[in-house]
Amino acid sequence: MNVRVGDIIKLENNHFVAADILLLSSSEPYGLCYIETAELDGETNLKVRQALTVTSDLGADVAKLADFNGEVICEPPNNKLDKFTGTLYWRDNKYPLDNEKMLLRGCVLRNTDWCFGMVIFAGLQTKLMQNCGRTKFKRTSIDKLMNTLVLWIFGFLVCMGVILAIGNTIWEQKVGRTFSVYLLWDEPIRNNNVVFSGFLTFWSYIIILNTMVPISLYVSVEVIRLGHSYFINWDRKMYYIQKDTPAEARTTTLNEELGQVEFIFSDKTGTLTQNIMVFNKCSINGKSYGTIMDSTNFSFNPLSDRKFKFHDSSLVEAIKMEEPSVQEFFRLLSLCHTVMPEEKNEGDLVYQAQSPDEGALVTAARNFGFVFRSRTPETVTLYEMGIAVNYQLLAILDFNNVRKRMSVIVRNPAGHIKLYCKGADTIIFDRLDPSNQFAGEGLRTLALAYKDLDENVLEEWMKRLLNASTVIENREEGLADLYEEIETGLMLLGATAVEDKLQEGVPETIACLTLANIKIWVLTGDKLETAMNIGYSCNMLRDDMNEVFIISGHSVSEPELEQVLLETACLCKTVICCRVTPMQKAQVVELVKTNKMAVTLAIGDGANDVSMIKTAHIGVGISGQEGMQAVLASDYSFAQFRYLQRLLLVHGRWSYFRMCNFLFYFFYKNFAFTLVHFWFGFFCGFSAQTVYDQWFITLFNIVYTSLPVLAMGLFDQDVNEANSHRYPSLYRPGQLNLLFNKRQFFLCTLQGMGTSFLLFFIPYGAFCLVVRDDGSHISDQQAFAVIISTSLVIVVSVQIGLDTYYWTAVNHVFVWGSLAVYFAILFAMHSDGLFSILPSHFPFIGTARNCLTQKSVWLVIMLTTVACVMPGLAVRFLKTDLYPTLTDKTITEQVPQTCD
Amino acid sequence: MGKVKANAGPLARRPDNSAFKQQRLPAWSPMLTAQTVLPFFYGMATVCVLLGVWLLVTVQNTHELKVDYTHAGSCDKCFEKRKDRANANQSCNCTVVFNIENTFKGDVFFYYGLINFHQNLRQYMDSRDDGQMIGRNKNLKNPSSYCEPFMKDKNGLPIAPCGAVANSMFNDSFTLVYHSAASRQVVPLFRKGITWYTDKNVKFRNPQVENKTLTLAQVFEGTGQPLYWQKPVYDLDPWDRNNNGFINEDLIVWMREAAFPNFKKLYGVLNRAIEPFTEGLPAGNYSVDISYNFPVEYFQGRKEVVLSTVSWFGGQNNFLPIAYLVTGCLILLLAVILTAVWWKFAL
Repeated sequence: MNVRVGDIIKLENNHFVAADILLLSSSEPYGLCYIETAELDGETNLKVRQALTVTSDLGADVAKLADFNGEVICEPPNNKLDKFTGTLYWRDNKYPLDNEKMLLRGCVLRNTDWCFGMVIFAGLQTKLMQNCGRTKFKRTSIDKLMNTLVLWIFGFLVCMGVILAIGNTIWEQKVGRTFSVYLLWDEPIRNNNVVFSGFLTFWSYIIILNTMVPISLYVSVEVIRLGHSYFINWDRKMYYIQKDTPAEARTTTLNEELGQVEFIFSDKTGTLTQNIMVFNKCSINGKSYGTIMDSTNFSFNPLSDRKFKFHDSSLVEAIKMEEPSVQEFFRLLSLCHTVMPEEKNEGDLVYQAQSPDEGALVTAARNFGFVFRSRTPETVTLYEMGIAVNYQLLAILDFNNVRKRMSVIVRNPAGHIKLYCKGADTIIFDRLDPSNQFAGEGLRTLALAYKDLDENVLEEWMKRLLNASTVIENREEGLADLYEEIETGLMLLGATAVEDKLQEGVPETIACLTLANIKIWVLTGDKLETAMNIGYSCNMLRDDMNEVFIISGHSVSEPELEQVLLETACLCKTVICCRVTPMQKAQVVELVKTNKMAVTLAIGDGANDVSMIKTAHIGVGISGQEGMQAVLASDYSFAQFRYLQRLLLVHGRWSYFRMCNFLFYFFYKNFAFTLVHFWFGFFCGFSAQTVYDQWFITLFNIVYTSLPVLAMGLFDQDVNEANSHRYPSLYRPGQLNLLFNKRQFFLCTLQGMGTSFLLFFIPYGAFCLVVRDDGSHISDQQAFAVIISTSLVIVVSVQIGLDTYYWTAVNHVFVWGSLAVYFAILFAMHSDGLFSILPSHFPFIGTARNCLTQKSVWLVIMLTTVACVMPGLAVRFLKTDLYPTLTDKTITEQVPQTCD
Repeated sequence: MGKVKANAGPLARRPDNSAFKQQRLPAWSPMLTAQTVLPFFYGMATVCVLLGVWLLVTVQNTHELKVDYTHAGSCDKCFEKRKDRANANQSCNCTVVFNIENTFKGDVFFYYGLINFHQNLRQYMDSRDDGQMIGRNKNLKNPSSYCEPFMKDKNGLPIAPCGAVANSMFNDSFTLVYHSAASRQVVPLFRKGITWYTDKNVKFRNPQVENKTLTLAQVFEGTGQPLYWQKPVYDLDPWDRNNNGFINEDLIVWMREAAFPNFKKLYGVLNRAIEPFTEGLPAGNYSVDISYNFPVEYFQGRKEVVLSTVSWFGGQNNFLPIAYLVTGCLILLLAVILTAVWWKFAL
């Protein structure tokens, strides 16, 4: 309601945030406020936002708020949900603003009674709106081919028009002029202007033959794709019962491309693995824990999490012995994070963590007696072995993908200032002794380090930090440099290993997809060793393999090496790219996409996979642990990697097969239907006289022949699903684009032309001189129209019957129903009643009755049908008999599926 | 797309386990195996050949005789006369003679045929008003603009029937004469019952007037006759009052436009009630007296008279039996090739 930039508005609990607003004050202490961002990024954990201390003092005092006259200078509207930079100028001071002080439109206020905020962006400028409709429009190769073919058909149409127009010119010159005694009105002919007559004829034929370019094709294709999408949504075998997550086709335009995939780019974490982090090893001060198999008793700790398991009781002993390094280790884990605690009942702690490994680490610390209990923006409260300890939080040095580490600077009750840092081991080890102890075991390793800070150094650094964080341009870089500066000279405390278990069925799925000749590349941000271990455990790497290509993200940068990279990678059976950034993932996909002319599929679960998912032809999101961004950007989503096999080998294969058969038949049908006019042109002086009744032309595509082909496009199955899984090579024709391509189009054009030729000339031969059995003639144009249209409908119905592999009840109803509807409408259109109401619109009165009661008519229809269908049948039989494809072999071997 | 269902519970979003949604509908999957395809081909071939033979035999028992009279016999002078449009109103009669060697048994049909006359041109076919011919008074006086330029005559009167089709109606008339040894006898022809029932009774009606006592001429008052006609529409059949106006059968036959430029149209049916025609047309010498009115020289057309008997599948039609025989043989050939290939490769 007329929310404008600069307005100060009040929000209440559980309300949607109406605009992008700067939080000024809230009902909670310290100006805190909690929001849920599910609508924005799909993450359901609560997030905290905090107002500037100066503004939170305004409280709920409307008068003060009304007097608020701060000025905000900020970045222009953009679509980055997790970034905001701006500065507030108020009372001669300037205050840095970042994302932590913003409530974005689309969030929901939670656990906060009220809050006040100033509108920064409203309407279309909000980040939510900026994110709308920015996704690239994906099209399938069949779509592109279809557009090309439609253009070709237009060209063909023009050729036909030109041929017929030339024919008309010649005819008018030779015959039409002499006939003009009966066609007095023809001005151009009277003036001997036959060329102008030809010109008019050209346009007349363009109109008559336009049914070659069927509008209903596009509609039908969309309907079929929609149906296929529903079949994916409905598939119980892609439904994950533990999470109550069905598969979801989020677009309806890409289905048939699922049957043509050649390259799969897979993320590792959360995609191949479960992304459920288990803290199962650690190394403190050079001593490893977690390698012995016994269970640990946490009964000493009333605040422990019962579900937590750790297999080494010596660590508990160590903590009970109060070893300082062990204590410091867990203190770091419980301090250095961004987890939000929620304590509904006393002692019943729930952690809201943005990333699962962070949650695992904090939970581990909790069980070992360093319980993270609560946090305010300036303090963190721990229960260290049952005793409450308050730490003053001086600074948080955030985690991001470049830094790959985070730090906190805290002051403990004794007044000592410490910097705690945890981060990817290579990053930390760059500054410390190299130690690679856990990497060999396929675990995610984080190194922990700390540093004592001097009060003065910190004070000076904090000033610079404040300065840097109020800069608008290049704030990120400035901050990163500052962080870098203070995170040096760290002391190693130890390392943690968090295990990420492989998802169910991943090795089998990968093996099966490899058999289907799909190349799987793993692109991961993880380090080489972890990636290789996952490679081994999911069967992508074996010791006997010698065509393996493993590349690290640091190596890829030079554009001229891209080709070399691509060629090398394509020579190898297995490709693993590690240490790649999200942007590099997208670049790799783009590289393959543009150079190999192959269909690519990217599958991932996290925000770091979004760019790759958007770049690939098909993006698949795993609806798993790490939020929803990947799913929101994806075209298909499901809960488990192993469903990919079914999505491609069953749904994709069927979709492709159905779409190709559909297109083949559809083009055939329209050529057979339309080209009859062309042949008739040679007999009617190229005068653009139509062969059929105008009603038949209108209804042929939308009523008489639309449903059977739609049923085929929706339900047909050449090979059943069990065999699709059993013989992955059945997937090959799709990759090679064999079922519908320009050659196939040429063939169906040829078939359509042949059919139209027979459709026209057999009745012509039979009827140009025939009479009824009562002597009266039926060689008139109307009778001819009825005979040809009836033959046509029967021929195309028989043809769809032959093209259908899988006759369900629906197919039967549609095929027989269409024939019945044809005859019903035919007789209705030719009935006395309609004619007496509108004589000029239903001039075919009685033709159906007079024709279809004649035996000779049925003899002709039968002959036409046989002649049109038999050659195609023979060719099909020869092909399956002489050069049977794997599909043909499988079809002949498979037993009819039983319905259970 | 992911529809959230109303039913709650831990498995709320689980898809239904219906055969339709799981794509497990029971289905029949026909397969192209040698065991089905080859017998089908042989069967089809047999059916086609047998039908072809049967049709051929049937056709052998029908008779057809065509006499081109464009400028045959004494019609030559009429042909010359009709070359000049100025002579349009002068009548011209001529005679052609021919001989029937074998008796035409059964019903005999008398057709006139036109060669190279395009009744199938789009503008020609459109140039008619079915609303007028069904007897609508509104259309009678105000015919459809499709009839242009045959809509109004030079006096501005609406033409009935309007349009190019009616205007170009074939207007030769024929008298078939049988020359037996003893005498010269006119062959009796039914000139009615030569149209489709629906045409005669539904599609073509004379204008309805409330005053039943009006003559047809009065009903058509205020309309002009088509430009090329010699007599008005209510006067087409001088012998039968009920065969006039839009329901004149020759007009109806003409108005059913032929699909191809060479066509024949029914003129009459032999009346077999009278001797010696009870069995059909006896062998012997015949002549046709022709009132030669229809000009064909402008478009290099030909005119002919056709006498024919019919079988159960229509008139003498050699195309259908031959087409069946050819198709049957081709299928047989295909079947043999398929069998050979199957024998050699698949076994």
